Amino acid sequence: MTSAAQLLTARRGRFRADWTDWVSYAYLILGVIVMFGPVLWLFASSFKSEAGLNQFPPTLLPWQPTQVQVAGQPAPLPLVRVLTGAHAGEELAEVRRIGLIAQLVDPRTPNQVIRLRADAIKPVMQVRAAWDNYTGLFSKFNFLRYLFNSVFITVVATLITLLINSMAAFALSKYRFRGRDGVFLLMIATLMIPPTIILVPNFLIASALGLVNSLWGVILPGVATPTGVFLLRQYMLTLPDDLIEAARMDNASEWRIYWRIVLPLSAPALAVLAIFSVMWRWNEFLWPLIVLTRNEHFTLPLALYSFQGELTTSWNYILSMTVITLLPVTIIFILLQRRITQGIASAGVK
Amino acid sequence: MSGVAARTAERTYAAVMNVPERPMRWAQARLGTGRLAWLFVAPNLAIFGIFTFLPIAINFVYAFTGGPELMPADRAVIGLANLRELLSCSNYLNPNTCTRDIFWDGVWNTLRFVVLQVGLMILFSLITALVLNRKVIGRGFFRAAFFYPVLLSPVVVALIWKWILQRYGVLNAVATDVGLHPVDWLLNGSSAFSWTVFVSIWAHMGFYTLILLAGLQAIPADIYEAAAMDAAPPWRTFRRITLPLLMPSMLVVLVLGLIRAVQIFDEVYVLTGGGPGTATTYLVQFIYQTGFAAQVREYGLAAAASLLLAGVLLVLTLVQLRATRGSR
Repeated sequence: MTSAAQLLTARRGRFRADWTDWVSYAYLILGVIVMFGPVLWLFASSFKSEAGLNQFPPTLLPWQPTQVQVAGQPAPLPLVRVLTGAHAGEELAEVRRIGLIAQLVDPRTPNQVIRLRADAIKPVMQVRAAWDNYTGLFSKFNFLRYLFNSVFITVVATLITLLINSMAAFALSKYRFRGRDGVFLLMIATLMIPPTIILVPNFLIASALGLVNSLWGVILPGVATPTGVFLLRQYMLTLPDDLIEAARMDNASEWRIYWRIVLPLSAPALAVLAIFSVMWRWNEFLWPLIVLTRNEHFTLPLALYSFQGELTTSWNYILSMTVITLLPVTIIFILLQRRITQGIASAGVK
Repeated sequence: MSGVAARTAERTYAAVMNVPERPMRWAQARLGTGRLAWLFVAPNLAIFGIFTFLPIAINFVYAFTGGPELMPADRAVIGLANLRELLSCSNYLNPNTCTRDIFWDGVWNTLRFVVLQVGLMILFSLITALVLNRKVIGRGFFRAAFFYPVLLSPVVVALIWKWILQRYGVLNAVATDVGLHPVDWLLNGSSAFSWTVFVSIWAHMGFYTLILLAGLQAIPADIYEAAAMDAAPPWRTFRRITLPLLMPSMLVVLVLGLIRAVQIFDEVYVLTGGGPGTATTYLVQFIYQTGFAAQVREYGLAAAASLLLAGVLLVLTLVQLRATRGSR
């Protein structure tokens, strides 16, 4: 489909591609490298062993010394290639190194020790992913706990967000009652009060309610969102009232009308809000940083933050944990890319 | 398989939503349909009340009281002393002459950051949106690529760049390749500052690009056709048609960008920790550190600083309301 011919004919009304097209594509390709490259680099790095990570200049792929099991040796030995001398071209296993002299054995004749100068040999490298970066997360850290905390907060907060915001939106779009416009304005006005300016009093309220060091302390303050109410109300306004009238004729209660008729019909708007909520919650940082102070309550971003501050922790686990943290968001984005970008373009929210 | 899952989900949904059925039916009979609406908005209003409106009021209490106590009742009223302490300076341009030098470092850093970050971000978002608005092959892919970093957690964003910028990172490898000396990018004040600007543009520009792209696509094509008929040169078409018609979107982008940039914290805090020294300490970090990370938590000062920040945001929001009303 996207052949070179098409590239040439993607022009601005004239027959040949003009220079502005070339500039455009150059800009876009450079843009993709700058926007995507760093994430790919992180991903590639996360499969390197500690030695590979410390190597400078770095390589793209996880090159590691090849190891061989030699009879009579307790641990696998690194394989080296001999560059010069009588054994040139042979691949030998390095037993130990004393000063400048390396003691080598041929894996096929392990009893015969060969001594060579260290500058006559070169390690044989192979591409091998250091899966331990990932598996080690589970054994060396409280990783499952952080994962659970993040998932719990994201799922529960999103469910509550969908429920209470759709209830409010239902009332604000389908009922006429005194004070309705006032309530709506009040909710929208909270857009002007970002959480960063009420941190101290919110901390007081959270501690007064016993929510400090509780996952609920992260969940509750953000479940009512002006964006959500606005998005859902605008959508519900477009639903025909006849449906509701018909249900009332059938003696359905208002609550039943809400969850049996209005909610299912609002699925597209609910989906947009659900996506937003998942993103917000999964990525949240400042408020959890204040409310959750104990290690066992950390979410993934908090755990990442606290590990990267400890000098003793090595980068290999930070990298793999970063990859796991960005993975769910990336998968959601790949699956729902169009819906996300359209939702943002139409609602103008993030 | 998926049929079973769907049916289970459906049944769970029905079972859960049926729980409030009886009380709600009872309330409906008691209150009537009109007042029942209040029951529907109640949970939302309660959350807003407890976690947004009540805090605004309490914030004033903190701002005008002193001491390390958290409970407002235990705190001593000190009037304007907090604000005075923050604002007392013999020379406002030199934070070292201020009682709270870190606050003023934060103020000036934030100001410099906001001007640079918002200016450059709008420029690049506009260029990207203009390019994406052309007939480009693979537009969806390119749009997604520019947007993708917007979705990443600020901690992830910071770690991605920390890994690239470290002493033995890939950027220094490229630098040595072309014959430059490796640099500790984040250990030098002015370069750390520039990188916080760059990284926050990297992380957020996709969002603004989308808004501008939507604005561009809303410009009717026949206006351009008319301009082409008159053989108007591209630059004039851009200045006389595109730019004026894009103004409403540009204003939205400008004000949203300003409001967000003033509150910069997360990615910078993880990337540089505010350092080296105070080179990348911004206002919200000052609030966080005085209120929550310091040995002695100074809630009053943090709340007073929040109040000043809120004032700035209020002005920006009013400008936005003015601007959007003017354009409609």
